[in-house]
Amino acid sequence: MNKQKLILVGNGMAGARTLEELLKLEPAMYDITVFGAEPHPNYNRIMLSPVLAGEKTVDDIVLNSREWYAEHGISLHTGDPVVAIDRKARQVRTASGMTADYDRLLLATGSNPFIIPVPGHDLDGVIGFRDIRDVEIMLESARQHKKAVVIGGGLLGLEAANGLKKNGMDVTVVHLMDILMERQLDKPAANLLKASLEENGLRFLMEAQTEAILGEQRVSGVCFKDGSEIEADLVVMAVGIRPNMGLAKDAGLHCERGIVVNDTLQTFDPRIYAVGECVQHRNNCYGLVAPLFEQAKVCANHLAHLGFGRYEGSVTSTKLKVTGIDLFSAGEFNEGEGDETLVLQDPAQGVYKKLVIRDNRIKGAVMYGDTMDGTWYFQLLREGTDISSFRNTILFGQHDLGDAGHGEETRVAKLADDAEICGCNGVCKGDIVKAISSKGLFTLDEVRAHTKASASCGSCTGLVESLLASTVGEGYAAAPSKQAMCGCTEHSHDEVRKAIRDEALKSMRAVFDLLNWKTPDGCSSCRPALNYYLLAAWPGEYEDDAQSRFINERAHGNIQKDGTYSVVPRMFGGLCSANDLRAIADVADKYRVPEIKVTGGQRIDLFGVKKEQLPAVWKDLSAAGFVSGHAYGKALRTVKTCAGKNWCRFGTQDSTGLGVQLEELTWGSWMPHKFKLAVSGCPRNCAEATIKDFGVVCVDSGYELHIGGNGGIKVRVTDLLCKVSSEAEVIEYAGAFIQLYREEGQYLERTAPWVERVSLGYVKQRIVDDGAGRQLLYERFKHSQQFAQVDPWQARADGAESHEFTPLSIDRLRAAS
Amino acid sequence: MTDWIAIAKLDDIPRLGARKLQTESLDIAVFRTGNDQVFALRDRCPHRGGPLSQGIVHGQAVNCPLHNWKIDLENGQVQGQDEGCVHTYGVKVEEGVVYLSLASLESAA
Repeated sequence: MNKQKLILVGNGMAGARTLEELLKLEPAMYDITVFGAEPHPNYNRIMLSPVLAGEKTVDDIVLNSREWYAEHGISLHTGDPVVAIDRKARQVRTASGMTADYDRLLLATGSNPFIIPVPGHDLDGVIGFRDIRDVEIMLESARQHKKAVVIGGGLLGLEAANGLKKNGMDVTVVHLMDILMERQLDKPAANLLKASLEENGLRFLMEAQTEAILGEQRVSGVCFKDGSEIEADLVVMAVGIRPNMGLAKDAGLHCERGIVVNDTLQTFDPRIYAVGECVQHRNNCYGLVAPLFEQAKVCANHLAHLGFGRYEGSVTSTKLKVTGIDLFSAGEFNEGEGDETLVLQDPAQGVYKKLVIRDNRIKGAVMYGDTMDGTWYFQLLREGTDISSFRNTILFGQHDLGDAGHGEETRVAKLADDAEICGCNGVCKGDIVKAISSKGLFTLDEVRAHTKASASCGSCTGLVESLLASTVGEGYAAAPSKQAMCGCTEHSHDEVRKAIRDEALKSMRAVFDLLNWKTPDGCSSCRPALNYYLLAAWPGEYEDDAQSRFINERAHGNIQKDGTYSVVPRMFGGLCSANDLRAIADVADKYRVPEIKVTGGQRIDLFGVKKEQLPAVWKDLSAAGFVSGHAYGKALRTVKTCAGKNWCRFGTQDSTGLGVQLEELTWGSWMPHKFKLAVSGCPRNCAEATIKDFGVVCVDSGYELHIGGNGGIKVRVTDLLCKVSSEAEVIEYAGAFIQLYREEGQYLERTAPWVERVSLGYVKQRIVDDGAGRQLLYERFKHSQQFAQVDPWQARADGAESHEFTPLSIDRLRAAS
Repeated sequence: MTDWIAIAKLDDIPRLGARKLQTESLDIAVFRTGNDQVFALRDRCPHRGGPLSQGIVHGQAVNCPLHNWKIDLENGQVQGQDEGCVHTYGVKVEEGVVYLSLASLESAA
């Protein structure tokens, strides 16, 4: 059978990106032909400003080389624009007269700079700022001429002006409004920007309306409405762009301001799709690059006949790519009626930050001078996060929320190239920036794949995102709030969980089948998550898949760097007897345990146990009354306690006894991530309860319950959930909170980020305000514990899963034969 | 002497899992994929020596349990951004019995 033919018209970023996404899904479905008007392969258009400023070369910004097209069997025709589409014959014709047939046609014709139709607009030396050709003309003019006028004080105009200035020209920026970049900035930020550009030597004519361009053959000046004139050897019109839809319009496709497409990026002709700046989607035309990538993904999905995936529009953010000027803007940055604003203004330092808030959610942001937290605010905006719990410090930035004291170090833009960003994999800032620019990376996942930065513990994710944002400017495609679980599926964690619950899926195979998993048996990232989701949704009914658990949970020990395991017997609440200690000492002697250590969670850790020894070690520990301490699992770890009122002269309640009760309730429970509790007997808090997932601080009148703390990568102090007056209430609230986290936390998401994601207010509403709901949660937790509180050590000491602990041996086989 | 030595029944190896085979000189990881293909590799990750037999098997790859390096089971090549290679051994399954190639074992030793 002949392959279907796909033609791409427009060899720019949107079109080429769509092809890349399509090839990932279906590498061989189509014969692909690409027609581009420019004589270049696909390059990074948003990097034209740095090219003009002399900070990059044209070669630096090529995204897909000609070799890339050849490698993928794509025929590429550059410098030959398509001039007509015959929809009946399903054929396109180019300027050179070539024709080509299509089964599917993809239009990515981009946009044209808008040239104001004043007299003289067609003189030599009057150009837009759109492509490599324009940049070449500008550089050429800078060599021969002196005076440049840029009409338009928006993003593009200012970048052009800055570049021309750097090339030695005298530059005047002419702007119709009294605010620069009025679509991105409010007045205070725009004034700071103007002052700083004036310091760089740019001149501004504000509120000036162009009447005519003067000159005979080449431009010689610009004349304004008020009669004034200025000299000019070069005029750059940067007053906006218009979707390039002439071709589509001539072919009879429905166009308004752009080529109208639906949520699948399909035009009114079902065989023709369109992406990028040429389209109009839900009444929006986008001139920034991030939305194009989202469109490309959805469009590719439909071209590959997968039929799911919808583009629902984008929220965009902007950064100005002028070296030395930090500026960020997103969303609705001018407050409307009923909106609140938070402002931080420090004119001496040249810092201005404004957030527009509605119903405790960020609606827009403008920042000047210090844009470090722009990506964070943007994320909060897109995810609609309730900021009430940290709004009094939000303007000071994310690092103020607690980052284990790194403070200034997190201000990534100011870091030296050899500063280490990813501590786990030893990746420096310079490596990341180089990978981003040389490999044309746009997303966090791409940076992870190419550099390993942020691919281990993830604590530097914010830094890497900031680096991406500062390196590629507005082209940075922030991770969408709906993220696929992994490469095996398009579905997000929450969607998969919902399907497991609603469709009563009780085995991994059922999930793979119903949700059309792309890989035959998942990967090391989705399988452990799925196994947990099945377990959490259907306790006692689901089918556990041992091979989908990380080795620690299969071997019920913690694998160490030399392949041996550590063994931690459970000691409820940290209490133990002389006999317990004696039994542990006997095991250590008998199996020659090389090292014994007391853990941070008040347990005893036996290091260096060989895997083959584990069942025998457990058998002895079981005989002495111990069960597994689960020190290895995404599970309930420990309940740490202080001495409490039985001994301590400050103790207000029996913290040790309460800790033992809590551990008896919760041990054995599997969780999205590890989970730690603590009970302190008084506000001196010796058990460090305020950096635990669930912490109890006893006071004279009762018990304070704290949630969402973390003492690890990023220290986070707990939030106070509520205060209760009896031990029975502590236990019910703890069980209900754990169950809520078990049901709604994403796999590998600790309670600290989970509480920040869903908001403290939400957790309070579910656990404190809704008493009946709390009881139901607690009941569900107790139900699931019936199946969870089976000691895995005892079972394996009695012979379960013995293949896990017995190696194959050639010698044994030889002896048997 | 035969070229092949029986080392296990196929059912001794869990599907999407592995068993460690101890020899006098080194350990070999014997993997079984989701579609019952069997592969044998040295049980030692080229990164920091992690026991590959303890990793999660998916498709035709295993992820090392220590630092998540991904190894192709067929050719022993490290996947993704990391670089390295693990020695592979000849292995075959006949009538539910897994055989290891002695020649490949001796050439590696």
